[in-house]
Amino acid sequence: MSWFIAKRLVSLFVTLIFATIVIFAVLEIIPGDPARLMLGINATEDAVSALREQMGLNQPIFIRYLDWVTGLLSGDLGKSFTYSSQVSELIGERIWVSLPLALLALTLSTVIAIPIGLYAAARRGRTSDTSIMAATQFGIAIPNFWFALLLVYVFAVALRWVPAGGFPGWENGIWPALYSLFLPAIALALPQAAILSRVARSALIEVLGEDFIRTARAKGLTKSQTLWHHALRNAMIPVVTIMGLQFAFLLAGTIIIENVFYLPGLGRLVFQAITQHDLPVVQGTVLLLVATVVVINFLIDLLYAWIDPRLRSTTR
Amino acid sequence: MSAVKPVLSVKDLSLKIRGNLILDGVSFELEKRKITGLVGESGSGKSLTALSIMQLLPNGAATNGSIAFDGTQVLTASEEAMCDLRGDDIGMVFQEPMTALNPLKQIGEQVAEGIRIHAGVGHEEAEKRAIAILSRVGLPPEKYPLSRYPHELSGGQRQRVVIAMACAMKPKLLIADEPTTALDVIVQAKILDLLKELVSENDMALLLISHDLGVVAGLADDIVIMRQGKVMEAGPAIQVLQRQAHPYTAQLAKASTHIPKQTNIWKAPELSQPLVEVSNLICEYPGNRTSLFKRPTPFKAVDRVSWQMDKAEILGLVGESGCGKSTMARSLLGLIKPADGTIAFEGKVIGSPDGIARADIVQFVQTVFQDPYGSFNPRHVAERLVAEPLFTRTDLSKSDKRELVQEALNDVGLTSADGDKYPHEFSGGQRQRLAIARAIVNRPKLIIADEPVSALDVSIRAQILDLIIELREKLSVAWLFISHDLSVVQAICDNVMIMKDGNILESGNTKAVYAEAKNPYTRALIKAAPDLSNAIRLRSKS
Repeated sequence: MSWFIAKRLVSLFVTLIFATIVIFAVLEIIPGDPARLMLGINATEDAVSALREQMGLNQPIFIRYLDWVTGLLSGDLGKSFTYSSQVSELIGERIWVSLPLALLALTLSTVIAIPIGLYAAARRGRTSDTSIMAATQFGIAIPNFWFALLLVYVFAVALRWVPAGGFPGWENGIWPALYSLFLPAIALALPQAAILSRVARSALIEVLGEDFIRTARAKGLTKSQTLWHHALRNAMIPVVTIMGLQFAFLLAGTIIIENVFYLPGLGRLVFQAITQHDLPVVQGTVLLLVATVVVINFLIDLLYAWIDPRLRSTTR
Repeated sequence: MSAVKPVLSVKDLSLKIRGNLILDGVSFELEKRKITGLVGESGSGKSLTALSIMQLLPNGAATNGSIAFDGTQVLTASEEAMCDLRGDDIGMVFQEPMTALNPLKQIGEQVAEGIRIHAGVGHEEAEKRAIAILSRVGLPPEKYPLSRYPHELSGGQRQRVVIAMACAMKPKLLIADEPTTALDVIVQAKILDLLKELVSENDMALLLISHDLGVVAGLADDIVIMRQGKVMEAGPAIQVLQRQAHPYTAQLAKASTHIPKQTNIWKAPELSQPLVEVSNLICEYPGNRTSLFKRPTPFKAVDRVSWQMDKAEILGLVGESGCGKSTMARSLLGLIKPADGTIAFEGKVIGSPDGIARADIVQFVQTVFQDPYGSFNPRHVAERLVAEPLFTRTDLSKSDKRELVQEALNDVGLTSADGDKYPHEFSGGQRQRLAIARAIVNRPKLIIADEPVSALDVSIRAQILDLIIELREKLSVAWLFISHDLSVVQAICDNVMIMKDGNILESGNTKAVYAEAKNPYTRALIKAAPDLSNAIRLRSKS
């Protein structure tokens, strides 16, 4: 098991290093001069080149990459071009909106999807199964920003149960904050839950057809005992894979959803930074998002090994 | 004998699945301490008979008639009552030990689970009993801890776990559905012995389902022969098999001991170059890495092996699973590069500058696999599938290729019209004919047949063996016949090689090797192989 973890850790770091190179290179290649952008179109050539010098944009690309990476290691992500405050500060404030939002959405989608998948698989082919699966088709087809607008209209405008947008901050208590994240989380979670429940259903149906399920029944286990004690854990392997992939989607999905609900999260930060050519902020947030996805994948790998003993021993 | 109350009595059982009649008026009785063999070819309904007794039938199944087990009417019993019976009074062992166990649970837990359910005991007591039964089936916890997972055990050991699960509650009836079909012969013999011991120890009745008359003849007291959902003949095993009164019984017995007729017996040509010459062949697979800095020691699947075969010879290659026989076949086909040694076809060494290029091996060697269905792309018609070895031939026109395909189809006993059919439209035997047609279409000198008849019913197996001999005589093609089934090898191979752990232990004329094997392993192998005529002879004496 320790071998397995060590191997996964090595690949985690290699991926992260590779990611910094790609992120840095891509943002260097795209056109647009941040110095000119900051000073406006009427600025003189001298002023622009002075600012370029001050921002270190005249250094060779390799030096700038090294500077950036050494900065990263000490937690210094550079300074925003537009806000003139530290990128780490900007991100630090906003991550406490985006990360809880994504985690809440992931939890919601799992909590909704797995029981639905279980129920549909156990009642395979009956009316309840087919109608649930038809409903999930809708869930997959509906774009989440449209669904978000619909939620706002129904629950905030018409019923006035929840605020239509904005975020009170965690300092005013956990409940008001969670309350304002609830609608966006549902908007994010439902389409994902639709996908996940279909995956859970088909994985369970496949496992229920396996020989060892018949063996368990021949031992005298009831149908539901077989489902809970033998089928569920075996079916979790594909489900966990999809959950890992979905987390990345949820993080990306926050960019749109945060704009719909006026949430001061990473999504809105990166959205604004891109339009303003605020390179350090874009680099910092993208890197953070990438790192989160890589770490989540690492955790998913550990989860695999925990579920499936065959992975633990063959990779010893 | 009629005074003995049967443990299980099946009367006039019929089964329909979605309107199709699967079982039709099946009746038999099982007695305590007796082994009853239930024999039939695929589609005879023998497994579904077992599942009817267990009431584990697929959805849409409707049964009629009566199954009485120890005072319970199984067909009308509630699901709850059946859950109490299953695993407690009726145990069941399945064919495929590799998939019959939950891969994510430790073996101790899988055995203890049934004990907890039926005996109503706690974890500790259930574990104690699990240890007892696992030790009884030959898996003592000192050597095989309860914390082992199924993938850490071999096929035979896994089947022992399944048997332990089925016998943990000392059932009155044990149903074993092809319990040894997936196992090597020596392991098979041990598992069958174990079942026999458990029957007399626990006063059980055993229903042994098998397609192999040899296995049943060696073990069963009574026999029930089924065909297409009906019981053909039933009675004391040896009597039924000896008399062969029923035509179907006679047909089955004849097919399972079938020896193809040969018009002229093959003789090794004198003073000629061998067709295949393998010298000092070593094939390796990368081993498991144990350290970051050391190179892993490779696993030698074939360990310095030399042999040769002649034109039109049928050479048997026999060994247990994992002995390296398939690796050797793959190296002959050029699919893996040997670590050392040479392979030469008619004196031309594979991969050497003046020999044969790896890509050209297909013009010389073709292959037939065990599973005729899995080796065809289901979306292509037969004609295209058979033509595959000709795809790289630029010297042939389209009509030439068509002609060769037609010829090959006719050679294997299919018609030209069959060329337009898809693989699923053929029966199992026809599919294997199709596979052979694909192998002979470009007139190779050697065909490697890897377990070509293992997945086939005995009657079809006999036909395919005839076809192999026929093609050898007609096309003078040589066959490397890889098999774990010693009786089949004896029936058609001129010479035989016995392989174990990557080495060839013994080789020579088939008759001579079978009559007086020098190597103890070969002797054990031959002794363990189930053989219908031997079994009848031995048991009618005693």
